[in-house]
Amino acid sequence: METGKGDGGALIVEVWRGREEGFFQTYSVPHQEKQTILDVVSYIQRRLDATVSYRFACRIGMCGSCAMMVNGAPRWTCRTHASKVAKGGKLRLAPLRNLPVIKDLAADMTVFFDKWQKAGGSFVPSQPGSQEFAVVAPDSKERKAASAGIECIGCAVCYSACDVVAWNPDYLGPAQLNRAWTLVNDVRDGDRNGHLAAVAVDAGCHACHSHQNCTVYCPKSLNPTASIAGLKRATVLAALKGEI
Amino acid sequence: MTARVELWLYLAQRLSAMVLAPLVLGHLITMVYAIQGGLTAAEILGRTQGSIFWTAFYGLFVAAAAVHGAIGLRSIVREMTPWHGASLNAAAAGFCLLVLVLGFRAVGAVT
Amino acid sequence: MNHALATRNHPTYWAFLLHRISGLGLAIFLPLHLYVLSLALEEAALDAFLRWTDVPLVKAAETALVILLAAHMAGGLRLLALEFLPWRDWQKTLIAVAAAVAVGAGLIFLMRAI
Repeated sequence: METGKGDGGALIVEVWRGREEGFFQTYSVPHQEKQTILDVVSYIQRRLDATVSYRFACRIGMCGSCAMMVNGAPRWTCRTHASKVAKGGKLRLAPLRNLPVIKDLAADMTVFFDKWQKAGGSFVPSQPGSQEFAVVAPDSKERKAASAGIECIGCAVCYSACDVVAWNPDYLGPAQLNRAWTLVNDVRDGDRNGHLAAVAVDAGCHACHSHQNCTVYCPKSLNPTASIAGLKRATVLAALKGEI
Repeated sequence: MTARVELWLYLAQRLSAMVLAPLVLGHLITMVYAIQGGLTAAEILGRTQGSIFWTAFYGLFVAAAAVHGAIGLRSIVREMTPWHGASLNAAAAGFCLLVLVLGFRAVGAVT
Repeated sequence: MNHALATRNHPTYWAFLLHRISGLGLAIFLPLHLYVLSLALEEAALDAFLRWTDVPLVKAAETALVILLAAHMAGGLRLLALEFLPWRDWQKTLIAVAAAVAVGAGLIFLMRAI
């Protein structure tokens, strides 16, 4: 049935059930104007099939919990309108790519955050106990570079979009490298070379091929490819100087 | 201190690319010029034989292409097939050597 | 669970695909090319080979190779700019320019070769 116009027609929604092995189960959901994919999934779970598992929290595009694959693309379901993506009234929902599956639409984020640590994604204090504010000029090159990447909320949309992650299970990942770049540019951080060393590894920043899937899909319009390019420059320079 | 193999391979790839860019441009322009009115061995050799310039040009071309191609192929195989590790590195080095040998032989043949 | 990915349907990914495929093609072609040239050790052998190549199918293949080489170089220059120069958002323009240059080079070769 042709829908997508909020005319009360039905959406045909295929939902992944199971873990890595499983099947797509089909549901019929009445389509309403301005309905988001989150509305669709919630309708299924509350009215049609209470056994469907999925995640959400804020439902207003701030937390990133609702990320999943919608018709082959990783998106936040709370910020995706059904009418925009349901071609011919059909939707296919699956858990985020490149991550293990807990159940149905819920992916296991453990490895995502493990890699965050591995990439050196923690701030290293340089003057613990100092009573002075750190002075960072807002228009300095470093501050601008850090600002450009700092809004990441770790939703894993970029990680799911990335083909290098799919091809190389050890690849640290776009979000992780983006965070490392913001720390490399944080002039308060006490171990810049440590951050560079952490990403200058096999399956580190040099594995990126600049596909820019991450940039295209980031719901916060961040540019991990640009951050990774920065890391490539910085690590090469540091290596040539013998610092890492 | 780890070996940072991937970092140096990355750098070698980018550096060889920078060397190749002007050489490729020169080669393309030369080819377009050379094929006018057909191509004969005499014409090629007339240009290249005994020429220090072409020896240096194509010698450098061969060296850069050998490195660049080997590293590129290694990346493709590593990502798209299950093959990786020391045996793949050896195969990539083998490709580099093949191009160097065939290439310098060819350079010797035409200059 | 493998379904078709919508995530690859954008210009920078196509640029990557072209770059990888052209690189692979050139890497396969290169040893053959160098071997043929070494036939010049005997001028007659090279001439015989060159006469053999004077047919439309080979001319088409040569044009394809020129396009592959020009495309790979143009794409590579784009990558070098992306990685070593401060980031700019006119990437898509760069891709288009790179593509145009590559095709242009191929066409010039074709015009001269036929």
